[in-house]
Amino acid sequence: MTTTSTPKSTGRATAFSERTNPVRGEVLLEVEGLQRHFPVTQGIVFQRQTGAVKAVDGIDFQLIAGETLGLVGESGCGKSTTGRLVTRLDEPTGGKITFQGADITHLNRRQMRPFRRDVQIIFQDPFSSLNPRQTVGTIIAAPFDIQGIKSEGGTRKAVQDLMARVGLNPEHYNRYPHEFSGGQRQRIGIARALALRPKLIVCDEPVSALDVSIQAQVVNLLDDLQDEFDLTYLFVAHDLSVVRHISDRVAVMYLGKIVEIAARDELYNHSRHPYTHALLSAVPEPDPDAVKRRERIRLTGDVPSPLNPPTGCRFRTRCWKAQDVCAEQEPPLVQIGAPGHLAACHFPEERDVV
Amino acid sequence: MSTTASTEPVQPSGARDASAFLEVRDLHVRFPTDDGLVRAVNGLSFSLQPGETLGIVGESGSGKSVTSLAIMGLHKGSRAQVEGEIWLDGDELVSMRVEEMRRLRGNKVSMIFQDPLSAMHPFYKIGDQLVEAYLVHNDVSKAVAKKRAVDMLDRVGIPSPASRYHDYPHQFSGGMRQRAMIAMALMCDPRLLIADEPTTALDVTVQAQILDLMNDLQKEFNSAIIIITHDLGVVAQMAQKLVVMYGGRVVEAGDVRDIFYRPEHPYAWGLLGSIPRITGGGDRLKSIKGSPPSLINLPTGCPFHPRCDFRDKVPGDACVTDVPELLQIGGTPHAARCHIPSPERQRLFTEQIKPAL
Ligand SMILES: Nc1ncnc2c1ncn2[C@@H]1O[C@H](COP(=O)(O)OP(=O)(O)OP(=O)(O)O)[C@@H](O)[C@H]1O
Ligand SMILES: Nc1ncnc2c1ncn2[C@@H]1O[C@H](COP(=O)(O)OP(=O)(O)OP(=O)(O)O)[C@@H](O)[C@H]1O
Ligand code: SF4
Ligand code: SF4
Ligand SMILES: [Mg+2]
Ligand SMILES: [Mg+2]
Repeated sequence: MTTTSTPKSTGRATAFSERTNPVRGEVLLEVEGLQRHFPVTQGIVFQRQTGAVKAVDGIDFQLIAGETLGLVGESGCGKSTTGRLVTRLDEPTGGKITFQGADITHLNRRQMRPFRRDVQIIFQDPFSSLNPRQTVGTIIAAPFDIQGIKSEGGTRKAVQDLMARVGLNPEHYNRYPHEFSGGQRQRIGIARALALRPKLIVCDEPVSALDVSIQAQVVNLLDDLQDEFDLTYLFVAHDLSVVRHISDRVAVMYLGKIVEIAARDELYNHSRHPYTHALLSAVPEPDPDAVKRRERIRLTGDVPSPLNPPTGCRFRTRCWKAQDVCAEQEPPLVQIGAPGHLAACHFPEERDVV
Repeated sequence: MSTTASTEPVQPSGARDASAFLEVRDLHVRFPTDDGLVRAVNGLSFSLQPGETLGIVGESGSGKSVTSLAIMGLHKGSRAQVEGEIWLDGDELVSMRVEEMRRLRGNKVSMIFQDPLSAMHPFYKIGDQLVEAYLVHNDVSKAVAKKRAVDMLDRVGIPSPASRYHDYPHQFSGGMRQRAMIAMALMCDPRLLIADEPTTALDVTVQAQILDLMNDLQKEFNSAIIIITHDLGVVAQMAQKLVVMYGGRVVEAGDVRDIFYRPEHPYAWGLLGSIPRITGGGDRLKSIKGSPPSLINLPTGCPFHPRCDFRDKVPGDACVTDVPELLQIGGTPHAARCHIPSPERQRLFTEQIKPAL
């Protein structure tokens, strides 16, 4: 993956003072009916569209300033695509994205420039997301240069302050990425994302490549930075234990849709959607003897394709509770249980899985 | 200093383990770089029986992937200096020629790489790459190979496998690429499968399905499996034997239950203490203080000493000056590399570490 790339534009950069700071508890970002379909083409000379991968297929959610929303779900269900859409590294094919009240759904690169500073992304892979030929100083300073921002005391000082803040030795300013360990490289990515004091950071599997001890350090660091800089996170991860530690709310996606969303403990203790149950039941416990004790819900049946999602409920081809109505009507995402707990299932019920 | 533990080193002392399918003996891998010699693997030994699963855990940069690449013979022709012996089913691999090694790859030994992008060619269709892998070892028609490829894509859970056979790697999500690579590694039913972080990019339900698939392979072909992962839940579930690595060496080894229930090395304690729990709340996670050791200037004595909280349990400066040996504990396969005597380590674990886990 490449880094957040912004073209060198001649437009005037917005000064720090013109930016409105989000108020904790207010809606920072709102997504309505968000959709991204990738066309599938066939033919060698004349490419014609034969279908579409419905990677994200109509999702709604809000990010409240200062919170962390965990985003989990099956591999290929559209989490990274969602992250790329809200940071506008990719263009939605439908729906609307509002950031601090402004519609940013279809802004072009130039119009996006002021917004770029406010929204950053950290990628999963600390190995390929950093340019191996640039020093760490250059990598972290890039956002300043791109935005044409002069910071007090010079860019070098600003970069070294950032390095110190994320736990890197500022003396290593002139070193190259390969001279750092995986955990340190992930810190470089975090420092770069923080450079322009963003309001929202999309973290796409930021800790999955790290060993548990370094993972703990990075998760704690993200936590501290959130408090210090009033950050809002959209945190994509597969490790449901990590998600539980860091998130205030958690959304579960399945095949391009959100199927359940709730406050952290509500989701882990009182989930209602069968897919959420399957997911939580499959978490392997770090205890050799516990493996036999826990009952894992095995998903059988056809794995549906985003090229041609099932009618009605998309989970029905693998759901052990499916009835006729599940094939006929798509279950709406509606309030169920505690306030703010939404689930999309015709037959929701609690089940003890954790 | 006397200990009740046996002082039999686990290091190979001559005789080879005849029943082992894989035996790594005193392996060293070093990389000359502009900054100096990177000592990635420093005298690593372990063995594996057919039908057995060995888990390797350890810090980022502790030499896990470098070791697997050495078994695959993938350092050959690079600047890497490889010393020691690797015996696989009667053949010694360190001294083997590249062409011979190539013939073993795929069906005798196969690897799921940590980085799927490096294992897949970006400009060839996923399906064609699987077919290639199959045709190397199987004298069959392209149609048969293709059927096998679609079947494997299906078994690793790629939806519409026949149609997505024609996709290029960039059209797959991270986890789908990882699954395609797993399909590729399993195409020829390998006798030894090295799985380097096979499921990190996968959600837990797909992960469970992949782990089942690896277990099926093992049952059907009595294959040996090495699983390298940061996910201690995955090793707890899959492995019978476990090796804990730090700074290019084994610091603790044993039955998986030894390491989870009776760990004796301070690094292993730190590792187990850092695991986030699914039942945990939003509290801070515990981590091991300090950062990974430099492999160019490896710390003297015990490489873990700059980060160890238990140095005061060892009289004098031994932790800083002497490299501890990997010693067996009470004549069992359980072994640890620490100057603290075993009974004292057991007491520390029971009294200080375990209650906080
Ligand atoms: N450039 C593209 N062209 C075609 N299809 C794409 C493209 N990018 C993504 N897709 C498809 O969109 C779907 C969602 O992909 P996405 O990367 O968002 O999944 P994800 O939830 O992040 O999965 P993972 O957990 O495996 O990273 C997948 O079916 C993927 O193949
Ligand atoms: N080609 C190379 N040249 C120089 N150093 C290398 C090379 N390959 C690996 N190393 C170094 O060897 C050490 C061991 O790397 P390795 O990839 O085996 O770690 P690992 O245990 O697999 O870590 P992770 O858990 O992060 O995957 C690292 O410090 C790495 O930087
Ligand atoms: S709507 Fe029907 S098929 Fe879908 S999850 Fe609920 S019970 Fe299962
Ligand atoms: S040898 Fe010393 S420094 Fe190393 S783990 Fe044991 S007590 Fe700690
Ligand atoms: Mg993704
Ligand atoms: Mg590795």
